[in-house]
Amino acid sequence: MTVEPRHIEIEVLRYRPGTDAEPVWQSFRVPFLDDTSVLEGLQAIKDDQDGSLSFRWSCRMAICGSCGMMIDGVPRLACHTFLREFFPGKVRVAPLDHLPIERDLVVSAEDFVRKLEGITPWLVPREARTLAQGEHLQTPRQLEQFRQYAGCINCMLCYAACPQYGLDPEFIGPGLMALIHRYNEDSRDGARAERMELINAEQGVWSCTAVGYCSVVCPKHVDPANAVNQNKVNGALDWVKQRVGLKGASK
Amino acid sequence: MLPLETFKADVAIVGAGGAGLRAAIAAAELDPSLTVALVSKVYPMRSHTVAAEGGSAGVVQAHDSLQQHFDDTVTGGDWLCEQDVVDYFVAQCTPEMIQLEHWGCPWSRKEDGHVNVRAFGGMKIERTWFAADKTGFHILHTLFQTSLKYPSIRRFDEHFAVDLVVDEGRCRGVVALDIASGRFVLIEAGAVVIATGGAGRVFRENTNGGIVTGDGMSLAYRHGVPLRDMEFMQYHPTCMPGTGLLFTEACRGEGGLLTNKDGYRYLQDYGLGPPDPWPRKKAMELGPRDRLSQAFWHEDRKGRTVQTPHGSAVNLDLRHLGAKKLRERLPLICELAEEFLGIDPANSPIPVRPAVHYTMGGILVDGRTASPLPGLYAAGECSSVGIHGANRLGSNSLAELSVFGRVAGEEAARFARTARRDDNAALATQAGDAIALATAMVRRTDGTERLAALRREMAQSMEDGCGIFRTGPEMQATCDKLAELRERYARVRLDDVSTAWNTEWLNAIELGYQLEVAQAIAHSALEREESRGAHQRLDGFTQRDDVRFLKHTLAHRDGANAPKIGYGDVTITRSPPGTRAYGAAGEHAEAALGAAK
Repeated sequence: MTVEPRHIEIEVLRYRPGTDAEPVWQSFRVPFLDDTSVLEGLQAIKDDQDGSLSFRWSCRMAICGSCGMMIDGVPRLACHTFLREFFPGKVRVAPLDHLPIERDLVVSAEDFVRKLEGITPWLVPREARTLAQGEHLQTPRQLEQFRQYAGCINCMLCYAACPQYGLDPEFIGPGLMALIHRYNEDSRDGARAERMELINAEQGVWSCTAVGYCSVVCPKHVDPANAVNQNKVNGALDWVKQRVGLKGASK
Repeated sequence: MLPLETFKADVAIVGAGGAGLRAAIAAAELDPSLTVALVSKVYPMRSHTVAAEGGSAGVVQAHDSLQQHFDDTVTGGDWLCEQDVVDYFVAQCTPEMIQLEHWGCPWSRKEDGHVNVRAFGGMKIERTWFAADKTGFHILHTLFQTSLKYPSIRRFDEHFAVDLVVDEGRCRGVVALDIASGRFVLIEAGAVVIATGGAGRVFRENTNGGIVTGDGMSLAYRHGVPLRDMEFMQYHPTCMPGTGLLFTEACRGEGGLLTNKDGYRYLQDYGLGPPDPWPRKKAMELGPRDRLSQAFWHEDRKGRTVQTPHGSAVNLDLRHLGAKKLRERLPLICELAEEFLGIDPANSPIPVRPAVHYTMGGILVDGRTASPLPGLYAAGECSSVGIHGANRLGSNSLAELSVFGRVAGEEAARFARTARRDDNAALATQAGDAIALATAMVRRTDGTERLAALRREMAQSMEDGCGIFRTGPEMQATCDKLAELRERYARVRLDDVSTAWNTEWLNAIELGYQLEVAQAIAHSALEREESRGAHQRLDGFTQRDDVRFLKHTLAHRDGANAPKIGYGDVTITRSPPGTRAYGAAGEHAEAALGAAK
């Protein structure tokens, strides 16, 4: 069972520091089958036509989060997007929006990682437990409270999608808001108050203008927009509770 | 050459997947005053641990025992395991899984809130902890995010290790390239841990990410540390034709069936039956990976497979599990089948074939992760600590990186605390040599060989000669091919002569690592004149030969020549080599053993 490949044009936005004054489009033609991904198309370019084309990739199965890029203007994972979708037209591939280009399709992840380090992205146990005491109990229903938000692969597509992050890079951004929510909603965690300060700060949820495009582009259905929205409600409730001195306020 | 930047650490760890992160946390917890340098060619959450799906072993059920985990592991490894190390390992698995739980790992739960466990191949009692079918992803993110708590861990993200520095017989640090800037840094350390994962990308069809190129194995090997048992490459039986992407063993653990083109459960023809009653542990679809991959090979020869555009396949049938259970237990599998194959596993079987999945051999280390080179430790897939033998039991690799990642971090920290740390100009000189060598590759203008061509020829040759079944002439042809490729590698010419984010350059250095690791695999295989676990021969050596080969293979690097192959003893404590049987034959063997006791 052999299938003859067809050919498709891939236009890539190139930027080589020291060589290109500004990003330039370059066109390539590559063979493809029905199940050839955009990533495999880029690999074919690098292997057989121009070894200088740079991009990140690894797992090929949409779990490592390396190969996010703008594909025909939409933030997508290259390993998870298939060339057949664009044929007989061409497909244009560019680095993720809103993030500084380091080279070709490689953008800087520094801002994301620096912010990640600052949101207490670890479990702060409600109660100290020794290994001999075994695991915390957590019912499937309690797990379901945060499971979806624990699915973020840090691919940064939602940062490229977020108009607010594009305007104000100080905004924590959708993916990390979802991660904050993931720990806050975990029945085992006791650091909600600390993280709510971040959520309610100027660069927290209130920066979000509720466009919702982050959730549209998320390849893992984490739905960061929903995490942000729930935290607007939580943040507002906290504010009210503090005003009237109710117990259970986070601060 | 740019002036060399130097960073002084106590412990340097190369690789920030599960094992490297676990080691970093262990070192930081043991002694917060130590500086831990964590060097990785990718951001930690991109490491290939992320792609592990099915789960991680740890005895929890009342009717299970450490003895049964030991037996499944040692039998599964066809008695080539270090039994004292396996004893330590099985005892530490559950505490490590609980530790991950305390750090937030979202393990799947039972209704009462306790952690749930599932069945895996070759396993007598269910003991696989799982987080749906994204267990590696959750373990990796849990470890990475937890590692951010420790101020003594200094990360070198997207730094590519080009060499180790060794002085007076002791490993003293790592030379790394900052990928974004093209600048090198010498990380001096009291002890070094290698945790760089496997080498599956030396084969054509594999489940591995592009970064799985045997870097750390090759670095240790170049500094005189033998690679042990490299001929044992694990073929996983259920992978996507063409891409090799993995459909987890949990598919079968949850009740999935394997059928041929006629809908027949063909495993019953290969010593794994009878098919009913079903499900039954250690039988049929719940047999071990080597046996299932070998059964596919035979079935394919008989012409009873289905044909796909990317080669022959059998059916992984999950339809009877129903959409609800599939979504809950195997969401990633559903997504892979739908997105990549256009198949809803609730309605159609998934075509699967074996692909290279796991490197069971690796850097020789003792039961405390120490290599023969003082100051050098290794943990995880890159190492050979001795728990996998000739065939790894599914679920033991995530447990391994947790258990031995911790050991490596602690041992390296202890070693670093007492290691002499004089300033030494020899280290900078060595680093300068390593940098000159790496840089020469970009500057070469007289090369004629294209990188991708060499890589493809290597991967095809490994598949041809060192696949599921092997013969002497085919292995010899692969050995010859690899010698030729190493020679041609010296004439590689790169398109890219820049220094910032030159991934072609990194790929070229990786290919150098891969060719040497591939040689260790092929020559170790050629010299083993028997069949055991994942090493199966068709040329007169079809049986296990405990007289000659109840031995570990040790591949020693010999410069530009082929490796020198030697052997080491296997530690047998209480399980003498016996018949390795599954299905009804296995049940009879166990009953007989029980009666004898």
